[in-house]
Amino acid sequence: MTAIATSRRRTALTRNRLPRYAPWASLAVGLVVGAALSTLVGFNFFGWGVFSAIIYTIVYVSWSGAVEGGRKARDKFATCLVVGAFIVVVLPLFSVIWTVLEGGIKGLLTPGFLGTSMNGVSGIQDNESVNTGSRVLGGIYHAIVGTLLITLWATIISVPVGLLTSVYLVEYGQGSRLAKAITLFVDVMTGIPSIVAGLFAAALFATIFGPGTETGFVAAVALTVLMIPVVVRSSEEMLRIVPNELREAAYALGVRKWRTILKVVIPTAISGIASGVTLAIARVIGETAPILLTAGFATKINYNVFSDWMASLPTYIYFQILNPTSPSNPDPSIQRAWGAALVLIIFVMILNLVARLVARIFAPKTGR
Amino acid sequence: MSKRIDVKDLNVYYGNFLAVEGVSINIAARSVTAFIGPSGCGKSTFLRTLNRMHEVLPGARVEGQVLLDGDDLYGSGVDPVAVRSHVGMVFQRPNPFPTMSIRDNVLAGVKLNGGRLSKSDAQEVVESSLKGANLWNEVKDRLDKPGSGLSGGQQQRLCIARAIAVKPDVILMDEPCSALDPISTLAVEDLINELKERYTVVIVTHNMQQAARVSDKTAFFNIAGTGKPGKLIEYADTTTIFNNPKEKATEDYVSGRFG
Repeated sequence: MTAIATSRRRTALTRNRLPRYAPWASLAVGLVVGAALSTLVGFNFFGWGVFSAIIYTIVYVSWSGAVEGGRKARDKFATCLVVGAFIVVVLPLFSVIWTVLEGGIKGLLTPGFLGTSMNGVSGIQDNESVNTGSRVLGGIYHAIVGTLLITLWATIISVPVGLLTSVYLVEYGQGSRLAKAITLFVDVMTGIPSIVAGLFAAALFATIFGPGTETGFVAAVALTVLMIPVVVRSSEEMLRIVPNELREAAYALGVRKWRTILKVVIPTAISGIASGVTLAIARVIGETAPILLTAGFATKINYNVFSDWMASLPTYIYFQILNPTSPSNPDPSIQRAWGAALVLIIFVMILNLVARLVARIFAPKTGR
Repeated sequence: MSKRIDVKDLNVYYGNFLAVEGVSINIAARSVTAFIGPSGCGKSTFLRTLNRMHEVLPGARVEGQVLLDGDDLYGSGVDPVAVRSHVGMVFQRPNPFPTMSIRDNVLAGVKLNGGRLSKSDAQEVVESSLKGANLWNEVKDRLDKPGSGLSGGQQQRLCIARAIAVKPDVILMDEPCSALDPISTLAVEDLINELKERYTVVIVTHNMQQAARVSDKTAFFNIAGTGKPGKLIEYADTTTIFNNPKEKATEDYVSGRFG
């Protein structure tokens, strides 16, 4: 028996195969030849990578073609293309994360960065820290508070609206004109540039409460415009995949439609809806333009979304880079901006992880 | 508990399409009635009109009368939701609610309607319904586990327990065994035999042996061709339908010769 498993005998069913080391050998050839070629045009790491990838593909695929035949060679070529596309997509992501980590870690680790605001921090303090080498004062506490409050209010408004809209579309609208119109408008809303959403909210509140009404709540309304279509779309998908059999089972027990929706359909879909909402939050938490237009910019801590200007992480980064606190010594401001960017990215990552966690927690249990 | 059903000249439409034409049938209380016939002949459609479940599909409507102990299901002012709590239904594929435990599945009819039960009442309903569905011994130790963790046959009996927990007068079954293996099928068939002592049972089946085994009376539905409405061809005692049918079409169908 072992003989069959271990020895490679040639039969009508076997084909020639590349040796195990083939990919690594091709990679080595690719790297060496790639280095040589890129030196010809002036060496840099980017050129080396591109040349190596091309040479690797050529060597690996033609080797496979010679030994294994055309079908296997085409399979390997397709694999190379797919992996190449994957690398092209992932590289910028890692590059962004690396750059932000590199730039932001120093700011983030400065004592008081997360716990203090920019209140009272001016060019004088920044110049002093640059000249004497003392730690950079000022932090992002007010911006974190603003971002969290504005996003919270945007979520409070858009989740009920979005969820009820999708319930209408799936459970009641079915092919009616109103449902089609709503779907169309939701699609259009998905494409609204965020600055237009900001202008809308600013104009709306200017009309009602007079010009210059800039508060955290106005920013929340602006974000709502961006968030609702995402929530509608994702929860619509989730409600649609709830099997019709469950609805029928509830109806056949003499359960009313609204109770069926509330107690059967939504609980079955809740894991998908919750993760969709979390992703929608992650989508709007980094918006800059609408907040610039609607919440103004504050250096003080403001817990009240209904009055006065409010800071947020994206606008904080924007102003720190564009208008450094000390125009002659912008370095402390840049350090703070990178730190805030790192915090923002961490927020988004946490939200994505929360979305997965939420989906797992709410998923219908199937254990015995 | 158990009520008789009388149907008079019932037509079922999907939009303008006449799906079932001119059905008149009298179903006695405490009996098992089987509907047999080829696919697409309207047996399931007709079954659904007996508790107004066809109205879930857009454009479906009926003409004619369905009387439940003399009360017209389609009279003006009749609430379809109330109809369904009197006429329960079990579907082709077992469909326990995936978010609920076995206990909550059985209590679904009460709980989803916002009804409140004391703990002892709830326990009693759960136990009597699961015993009525021959499932109690298999699940009594894991009532709080999800219903979707049961086997297909157990799930189907759980659905039957869920249907009888709301104490209906009639139980409709739409091919309840077509997704089950022979052993589970046998369990469900035994159950049907017990159910008929308390309920009126109407079952749609593609399995003629099953119809012969479980039913007192059998109705044969047929369709003249695609696009034509389904009709009730013959309705008689099950032994008559299988051994001595009046109609040629029935004889051809039950003996396996078609056309």
